[in-house]
Amino acid sequence: MSLTEEQQREAYRRMLRIRRFEEEGTKLYKEGEIPGAYHASIGQEAAIVGACLALRDDDYIVGTHRSHGHPIGKGGELKGLMAELMGKTTGICAGRGGSMHLADSRVGILGESAIVGGGIPLAGGAALSAKVRGTDQVALTFFGDGASNQGTFHETINMAAAWKLPAIFFCENNRYAVTTSVATSHGQPDIGKRAQGYGIPGVIVDGQDVTAVYDATATAVERARRGDGPSLIEAKTYRFDEHQVGLTTGAPYRPADEVDDFVANHDPVVLFQRVLLGAGFAESDLRAIEEEVDAAVAEAIEFGRQGPLPDPADVYEFMYVNPINYPATTIGASR
Amino acid sequence: MSAVTAQAQRLSYMDAIVQAQVEEMERDERVILMGEDLRIYGDGKVQDAFGELRVWNTPISENSFTGMAVGAALTGLRPVVSLSIASFSYLAFDQIINQASKLPYMTGGQMTVPVVFRFALYYNGSIAAQHSDRCHSMLMNVPGLKIVAPTSPADVKGLLKSSIRDDDPVVFVEDSTLWGVRDEVPTDPDLLVPIGVGEVKRTGSDVTIVAISGAMRPTLAAASALEDEGVSVEVVDPRTLVPLDKDVILRSVAKTGRLVVVDVAHRTCNAAAEIAAMVAEEGFDHLQRPIVRLSTPDVHIPFSPVLEKPLYPSKDEIVAAVKRLR
Repeated sequence: MSLTEEQQREAYRRMLRIRRFEEEGTKLYKEGEIPGAYHASIGQEAAIVGACLALRDDDYIVGTHRSHGHPIGKGGELKGLMAELMGKTTGICAGRGGSMHLADSRVGILGESAIVGGGIPLAGGAALSAKVRGTDQVALTFFGDGASNQGTFHETINMAAAWKLPAIFFCENNRYAVTTSVATSHGQPDIGKRAQGYGIPGVIVDGQDVTAVYDATATAVERARRGDGPSLIEAKTYRFDEHQVGLTTGAPYRPADEVDDFVANHDPVVLFQRVLLGAGFAESDLRAIEEEVDAAVAEAIEFGRQGPLPDPADVYEFMYVNPINYPATTIGASR
Repeated sequence: MSAVTAQAQRLSYMDAIVQAQVEEMERDERVILMGEDLRIYGDGKVQDAFGELRVWNTPISENSFTGMAVGAALTGLRPVVSLSIASFSYLAFDQIINQASKLPYMTGGQMTVPVVFRFALYYNGSIAAQHSDRCHSMLMNVPGLKIVAPTSPADVKGLLKSSIRDDDPVVFVEDSTLWGVRDEVPTDPDLLVPIGVGEVKRTGSDVTIVAISGAMRPTLAAASALEDEGVSVEVVDPRTLVPLDKDVILRSVAKTGRLVVVDVAHRTCNAAAEIAAMVAEEGFDHLQRPIVRLSTPDVHIPFSPVLEKPLYPSKDEIVAAVKRLR
């Protein structure tokens, strides 16, 4: 089980779409075109794309506050994502979610939870739902090393294991929960080993190697579809930027040479370029993909810029599917 | 013994809850139940009838099984989550507030969360502070939820059915002091009580009492006692706290000019406070006397019965409050 030539091409395309989207998004954020906070996925592209490529279009994923990579990795369009970052009505969430919540339901995303660990039960519930409805869909939840210390991690994996739910618990371990290292916050640093305590398979994989991540996830997906229950995958990865762009910490929390080493020697995009060239892809093939991706990102930025800002009068829209006397008007409010 | 007529059957409030769930599960295969000890719910007959894929007997993991219900709701099911005693719902507040209430909005309407969170206000039984909370009003401060708190067997059935059929997340508040109340309940499985519509439970002309959840029993007893003394009390049941049927309250206050609001929650920022503020803003011109609120004082619920019993609004306290307004 490994990536076909077509999947390799698609893996490279999606990783590059995340990388370029984030590079351009970071610039726009620094220039003030994107408000709020910006959590870039640069460095974690192989973990995201390797996991997503093992899924079908109708499988579910749930993500995290570092939410830009997941919809792109699952095959989503860039335009609505960029427009959302800019707070436009044409954004995927109509300007209500923003950077930490780029959930695109068209590619099976059920939510991008900025409450750390909050999305894990949602995926467990989607897996339960697939079992009740009798489909062979699976649900994969991304979460970080920080979330692995939340109760939702333990509770949901336990229930999924007890009930043999078709769920994949996928940890993007980038070593730091904001500034708190795994070394100082986990009694035992290999999160994947915790699987043993739940009686399910646990795999630790090089998160900078898209092929290895794909293989591990595909195995877990196959098991889930067979009805044999969930798996835990820990992808050891690294975020190249700060927790959020522009966030400076008073004291350094990670060694500068560690960052330099990852950027220089463990860049997942560069590593996969080498794999592809070694496998016989022509440089011109890769350039064609790069040009296509650059054009798509440029188009997304233009789409975002052209989109209208929301009308403040519409702020109540989407609160209820079935609003009853909502928003409630009061004499006090109209005064 | 249930006396069955063509249109109605005499049921307890508790039996009406079970009946509502069973009828909705029969009607719609997307309806599932989740919660602790559901294996023995309804004497085990519910899981026996519908199977383990419809009745999920969960481990004691409130936050995550609630979140799993939200995930199931996002993907085509209509879960009814039993959080048991209200105090336990705090463990699930993260998923109720941060996920269920916010996902439809934060995704720009891509997601819908048709889920019901049930819990029971379970107090006045010497079970002390960690089991006795009446926390319905805390969740009134969270937009995106609907909050239902019926007081009669017919309403609890009709409103639970409406809640299950609603496409928004609904918090369904039961009051354990009402579980044993028996009354006529319609047998028609499609007879619903609409969310957001209050009801005048007793008509009167001198004073309006708005009674929330378990406060209804002492309020109705007080109204009867006051009638014997020549005071005509109108009793209004909001039935739904969010959205609140302001009209039914304001119409009554316009008639009586006097308002007492009774709530078993702690006093500060409770449902009675919201209703009192609403009437002060929108019905001030109708008021002939200041609004009176009767609530549980801001103290934790003690174990010793002699300490606990006097804390909740009683019939005598309500009678005295009404008399002060005359």
